[in-house]
Amino acid sequence: GKGRAAAPREGRGMEAPGGGGLGGADPQLQRFIEVETQKQRFQQLVHQMTELCWEKCMDKPGPKLDSRAETCFVNCVERFIDTSQFILNRLEQTQKSKSAFSESLSD
Amino acid sequence: MESGFGSDFGSDFGSGSGGGGKLDPGLIMEQVKVQIAVANAQELLQRMTDKCFRKCIGKPGGSLDNSEQKCIAMCMDRYMDSWNTVSRAYNSRLQRERANM
Repeated sequence: GKGRAAAPREGRGMEAPGGGGLGGADPQLQRFIEVETQKQRFQQLVHQMTELCWEKCMDKPGPKLDSRAETCFVNCVERFIDTSQFILNRLEQTQKSKSAFSESLSD
Repeated sequence: MESGFGSDFGSDFGSGSGGGGKLDPGLIMEQVKVQIAVANAQELLQRMTDKCFRKCIGKPGGSLDNSEQKCIAMCMDRYMDSWNTVSRAYNSRLQRERANM
């Protein structure tokens, strides 16, 4: 090999006795990353659904969001999540009943 | 996106966490949160611009006329309303799912 295995890490200031450093050993940072990742997944889906549902629910932008449009947005979110779950469930079923996914694709 | 302390790994951030030369995790977390917020705002703006351009600008003229500007202004507000509605609806759904587990 290139002899890198035995080389010391380059974190000159990071060999702290408390197990810090950027290797992810810090439990506080780990937790933070988990939480923020979850939050970002949520945000991304809101962006995505807003974009999709806008196409379906918004005609001409008026002075306020009328109740019909609002209902449409709410339904849209629910149906989008239903669609996502449906797809996952059906995929799981398809993979259980056939030995390989590729079989079902060629049906 | 550049972080403020990107090149300074060896320097002593010291005082916050009581160790010489140890990076302050609190500082990192705050910086990351700010960057995430900025990224989200940019994403929102980009999609809003796309949608409102489509709704409000017909055949592009030599400038934005008054009606177009009014439309864009209303569109921005409606987009924010929509975003908030979607956020609330999604949150409710997530809570319902968790309650059902």
